Amino acid sequence: MISILFFAQLQESMGQAQMEVPLAGKTVAEVKAWLEKEYPLLSLAQVMTAVNEEFARDQTIVNEGDQVAFIPPISGG
Amino acid sequence: MQENKFEIVDQPIDVEAMRAKVMDRNAGAVTLFIGTVREMTKGKKTLSLQYEAYAPMAIKMFEQIEREILEQWPDVRLAITHRVGLLAISDIAVVIAVSSPHRKVAYEANEFAIERIKQIVPIWKKEHWEDGTAWIGDQLENVPYPNGRPEEAE
Repeated sequence: MISILFFAQLQESMGQAQMEVPLAGKTVAEVKAWLEKEYPLLSLAQVMTAVNEEFARDQTIVNEGDQVAFIPPISGG
Repeated sequence: MQENKFEIVDQPIDVEAMRAKVMDRNAGAVTLFIGTVREMTKGKKTLSLQYEAYAPMAIKMFEQIEREILEQWPDVRLAITHRVGLLAISDIAVVIAVSSPHRKVAYEANEFAIERIKQIVPIWKKEHWEDGTAWIGDQLENVPYPNGRPEEAE
């Protein structure tokens, strides 16, 4: 299993901050595609991804126990 | 003195404590950037702001910003605290403290830090207006990210 974190508008559209999904071994792009298929209201088009608190690329492989966070456009400061 | 250089807090930020964190006997200048909640943005009246952070990653990104600053300006000391939760107009959202032997570097490194915060630190603000709310993003018009993440600073 991998754990997925949602923030800001993603958290509101999902109605939850965190979920576990059986997608170890997939790429970030595959995880995104899977989620968008399961949750048609979820759009990850302009969203960055972090794996274990580091920015990751679409081709990054996620491993068992990894934490994958979807990061919509940020607005701190 | 080295602990708590970078923090995400849900209470008001003590500006003087931020200055103290970067004080150094070799410092000849301290710059403090204080980001506050603005009422009017493009003609629209903000009632309050809500900030949310992915705190553990935000701290890591603050540490990355420190590494980038030390590469350019090795004699600088840096501390950053960002507040989360519900903030009112004029509340302090972020404080960046930089000390340096000389003033020019203290200004430059401080500006570099706020620009990088807006690029790479996972913090979001939600505007509450009289007629609704919205999560704000893309203030720098730097999305979408063709490589899936922000570009590294030079």
